[in-house]
Amino acid sequence: MHRYVLGRLLGAIPTLFLIVTISFFLIRIAPGGPFDLERPLEAKVMENLNRIYHLDEPLWNQYLLYLKSIAQLDFGPSFYFRDFTINELFAQSLPISIQLGLSALCLALIVGGFLGVVAALRQNRPTDYSVMAAATLGVTIPNFVVAPILTLILGVWLGWLPVGGWNGGAFANVILPVVTLALPQIAVVARLTRGSMIEALRSNHVRTARAYGLTNYMIIVVHALRGAILPVVSYLGPAAAALLTGSVVIETIFGIPGIGRYFVQGALNRDYTLVMGTVVVVACFVILFNLVVDLLYALLDPRVRYD
Amino acid sequence: MFKSMRVTALAAALMAATSLTAMAEVVYHRGNAADPETLDQHKTSTTYEAHILRDLYEGLVSYSAEGKVIPGVATDWTVSDDGTVYTFTLRDNAKWSNGDPVVAGDFEYSLRRIMKPDTGAKYATVLYPIKNAEKVNKGDVPPEELGVKALDDKTLEITLEAPTPFFIDLLAHQTGLPVHPATVEAHGTDFVKPENIVTNGAFTLAEFIPNAHVKATKNPHFHDADNVKIDTVFFYPTEDRGAALRRFQAGELHTNNDAPTEQVDFMRENLGDQFRVAPYLGTYYYALNHEDEGLSNPDVRQALSMAIDREFLADEIWGSTMVAGYSFVPPGIGNYGEPAFADYKDMSQIDREDKALELLEGAGYGPDKPLKLTINYNTSENHKNTAVAIADMWAPLGVEVSMINTDTKTHYAMLRDRQDFDVARAGWIGDYSDPQNFLFMVESDNDGFNYARYNNPEYDALMDEAAATVDLEKRADILKKAEEIFMRDLPFIPLMYYGSMNLVSDKVAGFEDNLLNIHPTRWMSISE
Repeated sequence: MHRYVLGRLLGAIPTLFLIVTISFFLIRIAPGGPFDLERPLEAKVMENLNRIYHLDEPLWNQYLLYLKSIAQLDFGPSFYFRDFTINELFAQSLPISIQLGLSALCLALIVGGFLGVVAALRQNRPTDYSVMAAATLGVTIPNFVVAPILTLILGVWLGWLPVGGWNGGAFANVILPVVTLALPQIAVVARLTRGSMIEALRSNHVRTARAYGLTNYMIIVVHALRGAILPVVSYLGPAAAALLTGSVVIETIFGIPGIGRYFVQGALNRDYTLVMGTVVVVACFVILFNLVVDLLYALLDPRVRYD
Repeated sequence: MFKSMRVTALAAALMAATSLTAMAEVVYHRGNAADPETLDQHKTSTTYEAHILRDLYEGLVSYSAEGKVIPGVATDWTVSDDGTVYTFTLRDNAKWSNGDPVVAGDFEYSLRRIMKPDTGAKYATVLYPIKNAEKVNKGDVPPEELGVKALDDKTLEITLEAPTPFFIDLLAHQTGLPVHPATVEAHGTDFVKPENIVTNGAFTLAEFIPNAHVKATKNPHFHDADNVKIDTVFFYPTEDRGAALRRFQAGELHTNNDAPTEQVDFMRENLGDQFRVAPYLGTYYYALNHEDEGLSNPDVRQALSMAIDREFLADEIWGSTMVAGYSFVPPGIGNYGEPAFADYKDMSQIDREDKALELLEGAGYGPDKPLKLTINYNTSENHKNTAVAIADMWAPLGVEVSMINTDTKTHYAMLRDRQDFDVARAGWIGDYSDPQNFLFMVESDNDGFNYARYNNPEYDALMDEAAATVDLEKRADILKKAEEIFMRDLPFIPLMYYGSMNLVSDKVAGFEDNLLNIHPTRWMSISE
């Protein structure tokens, strides 16, 4: 098992190298640079800035400099947030994104899983239809519609919850963003769980378990759910990476200082190092979560073993 | 006796309650349309940073609640007869947040620092009127050659290259704010970190968390600290205007310096006086490429300008948050009279369109030979709507318009690199209240801003003459002549004057609307 994990992690290095290389040259192709402003800068001022940030050197030199820097886990200075290095920005924003993303993921798993099981057990009955209708709505209504509606009702009109701001991760401030972020995931998890649960409930081993006279709890939770959860687990890899690296919309609407906004800000501001940093972080998350999912698979399904 | 004791106890309780109220911390939650790129005053370039920096620092001059330039660290100053040497006397009680006195040497150090090429100051050009400033910034002469000299701790002398009547206004810009030399020497670029920073304004920095907030607390060493009513101010980046409006409605923000244009009617109906629109020192314009074959003809340019219904743009597209603009210099600007308005300002729109059609036909364009133009604009729903409306207004003239929409960086890089274009959207917000700050843009040697590639020696000569004129009235006349030429030649078609939009809670006092949209926290108070 350890060899498998180590092998997968080492195998990720060339992938990461490729991602860094492609991203580095792609972002440089975009017209305009980090110091192009609505108010153009004096040529000499621009020259001063380019020299300070090594942008006056040939692209290959800049690439090699970046590789050297990233090998030392130094993501370089931000071109936009000039008082911060990328490492400092991430040190502040990553824990917040992780807190937000993990909360949303747990909520999605618990609520979505529960709704999916309930819908499967009440198949083709009003409960099932209601859950699936709600799930369809959850998937189709985008965050930027849900968030303003929730803030308007629960924040502005009823005054129960803060409309925005992170406030150091205070519980009241976390509720709305987590719920908004989790809603589409709840819907997906509910649909996946329902489908695979129905299949599992009809399978031979569950029928056998019923024949042995096992309790409903044993049949549903131990025998059916264990198999039914597998499609959900495979969905969790990319979902977790997406949730943990934040959501641009949620972070912007609720004013949360997570990593998600850096994607858009970095690209629009041509903050090369910020874009590269976020790409690397997200790539690492995707690789890591896919590995975790594979290991979970092995744990849940005895037929899959890696050693 | 018991009665007397009860009265005493009641009085004591009341006093305790009153003193508790008096001691309650006054916190101002202030929406700021974007995050600051930096809090290093020598690296900044945007108004978002300026709002924060004005609270943290005080320059030689400062701003009143009404946005007027007032004495700051300097209590008064004299100007030599030839208008080139300014001698400032500094106040005795000016102190840094660590208790150090603010001395003339601090300004000498600061002005040298912003000009040093290694500082990488984006806006060093604002202070180029100072003697040798440009040369220092270009690395041609050492910083010691800069025309700034501390004669003693309380006297600072600044020598200019040439008379610059608006120089005092320039010093009020954020680039003129001082740094604490010892802190910069000790911490380098990290002097801006909350744990290191030393400021001399009404507030000092407590926290800066990108995308979350900037927190500033009252500076007890500030010379006017007794009159500063707010203890803590939070600046929140409010990029999502709709979300900011909801936070304002919920009482989480006391003010926000922008508002969603698409909800203007809602805000007018529901917020009343809390939604404020005021004239702003800026002009929204279209630059015309004078090197383009069709647009090189002045009649074509005039025809295009005349056919635009500016009232429609300002009222319908921008929800009356802008005002129809018939001059490049916005009204109300300092050191100027009334701007040089287009002579068709008072004509009816129908008459204007007839005249435009006539001019265009005279230039050889019509149904058989349509004028084909492309409008370039940067991504924004309102810029798009404006371009679509203008294309529609030009259609009856037989002008065929296509549109190119790119993000801001690409748009301005295209203009900077002098790539081919016909018509390009742009806007300009004045850095200081002087017509020169608008009219200098189309001087022939202004490579950065002269998007139109306008080249008129007569115009340049007038601008040079104005620059050498110390008498403000004479100077205003000369600049007016230059603007008349501008309106005749139309390097840019002025479309609208900007308006500032602010959400200001009824609880906030001291937030005065003004042309520069400058609102130092120092003058404000909040009632609960």
